[in-house]
Amino acid sequence: MLDSLGKLVTESGFAGFFSNPDGWRNLVMIAIACVLLYLGIKKQYEPLLMVGIAVGCLLANVSSVFMTTDGQLPDALYHQELWDAFLDKASPYYHSYGHIMAHGGLIDILYIGVKAGIYPCLIFIGIGAMTDFGPLISNPKSLLLGAAAQFGVFFAFFGANLLGFDAQQSASIGIIGGADGPTAILTTTKLAPELLGPIAVAAYSYMALIPMIQPPIMRALTTEKERSVKMEQLREVSKTEKILFPIVVTIFVVLLLPSTAPLIGCLMFGNLLKETGVTERLSDVAQNALMNIVTLFLGISVGATMVGSRFLTLDTIKIVVLGLIAFSFSTIGGLLVGKLMYKLSGGKINPLIGSAGVSAVPMAARVSQREGQKANPSNFLLMHAMGPNVAGVIGSAIAAGFLISMFG
Amino acid sequence: MKDGRLVLGIGDNLLDAVLGYAVVFIGLTLLMTVIIIVGKIMTSKKKAAPAAKQAAPAAPAPAAPAQPAAPKKLAPGSAGEVKIYDTDPRDAAMIMAIVADKLQKPLNELRFVSIKEVK
Repeated sequence: MLDSLGKLVTESGFAGFFSNPDGWRNLVMIAIACVLLYLGIKKQYEPLLMVGIAVGCLLANVSSVFMTTDGQLPDALYHQELWDAFLDKASPYYHSYGHIMAHGGLIDILYIGVKAGIYPCLIFIGIGAMTDFGPLISNPKSLLLGAAAQFGVFFAFFGANLLGFDAQQSASIGIIGGADGPTAILTTTKLAPELLGPIAVAAYSYMALIPMIQPPIMRALTTEKERSVKMEQLREVSKTEKILFPIVVTIFVVLLLPSTAPLIGCLMFGNLLKETGVTERLSDVAQNALMNIVTLFLGISVGATMVGSRFLTLDTIKIVVLGLIAFSFSTIGGLLVGKLMYKLSGGKINPLIGSAGVSAVPMAARVSQREGQKANPSNFLLMHAMGPNVAGVIGSAIAAGFLISMFG
Repeated sequence: MKDGRLVLGIGDNLLDAVLGYAVVFIGLTLLMTVIIIVGKIMTSKKKAAPAAKQAAPAAPAPAAPAQPAAPKKLAPGSAGEVKIYDTDPRDAAMIMAIVADKLQKPLNELRFVSIKEVK
């Protein structure tokens, strides 16, 4: 009887926290998962992804404590050791999806979609189908602000290299500054898959925190007079222009930088579905069902990479700090070029729309609108800020394409 | 190079960062140029189409001078018409009322040019 009870206790997960050398790390990660759940549910910080990431983290760390002495995880949803073998050039299972399919759990199989770069592309189809590029087409100069707001990407890339990360890792950390979750995930999966967990969490957390990160920088870099500028009405964009736009962008950008094809191609495909007017059913699926399913799979499988033994390192802290720097400097880059455009246009352009050049659609544009309205209650910057905002999506895809082609 | 990973010196690191930023700028500037050109072509076509329409019926009957169209009557106190895109008229009316309320100004002192749903 006592033997049976003893066996039950020693084989339980609770005992695993103490018998397993990494048990305490799993315990800390479970606490972090609970904090992420709190932020997602209570504070509503990107809840659609945050809740999935938190649950993935929770499941991976709860099951990790059952690791056997030979390093195996029986009946677990996620097996870090399988993915270690997948990435190990010396292993017979190097890049073997068959091995994962044969021995993996549910999350391992879902994670194949991240590893193969499928989910970020599918999400981009959904984003494209939900995005109205009208404000960008009516004011193409917005693209300059979208470009300027990629400053943080390359500033953080430079900083990460100085802090001892290699070029591939630095590129993956830098792309957090693009404020675009799928782009960050795709770039990291291709360049530094070992950093996927912390980078995804940092990217989505900071995107959710944009209303707190950007306003102090916006107020510090602009004057009351600049913030209160009312911008002219945008011109109407015809349906033909809206249909031509995704086709022109796909041909032009992919020819310019072929490594952007997965992201730009999918983004523009989704947008074409929306604008043609003859593929409404497909557009509806891309915007709703597809987007929701992929978000579900992406969240839980990215969260599962946050296993204690890999996540709780000094590098994670560095990534979190560099991510904040990347976000801040992207905002600064957009604002400075916004100020330049204000001067060159003779005060017709409100520099606040520059900060919307970081992707994070439409949250960054809403922040520009709110700050503009604080300075001048009759100011409506939302549509003007949507131009740089969607330009930022294209800009971050080009930045990612550059980094992948350089270091991939 | 370390384990298949590239380790950059400070000089190369800075150069890559500047080059990357420049590539993004050049790429988007070129894209901007393309969009401006396409936009110009589209707007010139749009302007040419009504001009051609007006010119066509004018040729066969030049003798009959057309009566100038009577201006559309506006509601008393109205500042003009508002164009509504993808928006229900009831929602548009509600939006205008909310804006007037927020600005603390009478509705007839405000001019709404267009209302469009941001999707």
